Amino acid sequence: MSTPANFLTEEMRQQAIGVESPPVTFEVEKGHILRFAEAIGDPNPQYTDEAEARRGRNGGLVAPPTFLRSVRGVNLELPFELSFSRRLDGGSDWEYFHPVRPGDRITAVARVAEMTERSGRLGTMVFMTTITTYSNQFEEVVATQTNTLIAY
Amino acid sequence: MADQVYWEDVTEGMELPSIVKEPTTRQLVQYAGASGDFYEIHYDKDFAIGNQLDGPILHGALKSAFLGQLVTDWIGPLGTLKRLQCQYRGMDAPGNPITARGTVTRKYEEDGLRLVDCEIRLENAEGQNTTPGYATVILPSRNG
Repeated sequence: MSTPANFLTEEMRQQAIGVESPPVTFEVEKGHILRFAEAIGDPNPQYTDEAEARRGRNGGLVAPPTFLRSVRGVNLELPFELSFSRRLDGGSDWEYFHPVRPGDRITAVARVAEMTERSGRLGTMVFMTTITTYSNQFEEVVATQTNTLIAY
Repeated sequence: MADQVYWEDVTEGMELPSIVKEPTTRQLVQYAGASGDFYEIHYDKDFAIGNQLDGPILHGALKSAFLGQLVTDWIGPLGTLKRLQCQYRGMDAPGNPITARGTVTRKYEEDGLRLVDCEIRLENAEGQNTTPGYATVILPSRNG
């Protein structure tokens, strides 16, 4: 597999920045929170034990901090193909504003904030920074996630 | 609640109680199912090797979940996580235990909230920090 030595032009970068995904709506299910908490190995009763969670500051069950990663199908249609076959997750930055509870309907919208190219140990790599905004059924922003995708 | 940490109890430089995670390929499959991230580098050895890796690696988002647990365990049921940031600098593979650690870097009040910043990290068995990051939390006060 060959990757282009220099892929990203300034024009492409400008085209990519600001691209926004169509909104995706996702229903938060109690059973999904339970499966997610089990998968990350976190036995915190705030996620699974209603009686215990009621005594916490949220007054009921909530989702773990990274649960909104399970909102799938948020697609960013770039005006060009990111012609690299491999992907790595570079990092994430969450900000939280309201708890996410079972029964919430969360709408996610992602936007491209930055795109840069670097040469590294794996050859030419494109770093795409996206900001995903998650809102609930009351139109409150519950969280934002800034994520860096590395394509190489 | 006996385990609740209060803002007054915190001092800059103090360590958060560390947690040890022992991820397995089985857990990565479980996480793939729960999160919907089925990228094969996380559970298919041949696929991972074909992608210039030595074998399956942990999902970055699973590593941030471990750091989330580190912080939420510490702040207890009355604390609030405001920010959780980390970078996936080094890869972690199933079968290798990792330790989540954190250190309080700043304690302050802002807009009537009692806040604490922490530096957080995941260390592999060799003691390398594969996943540096930081968190900001709101803690309850003993003075209400």
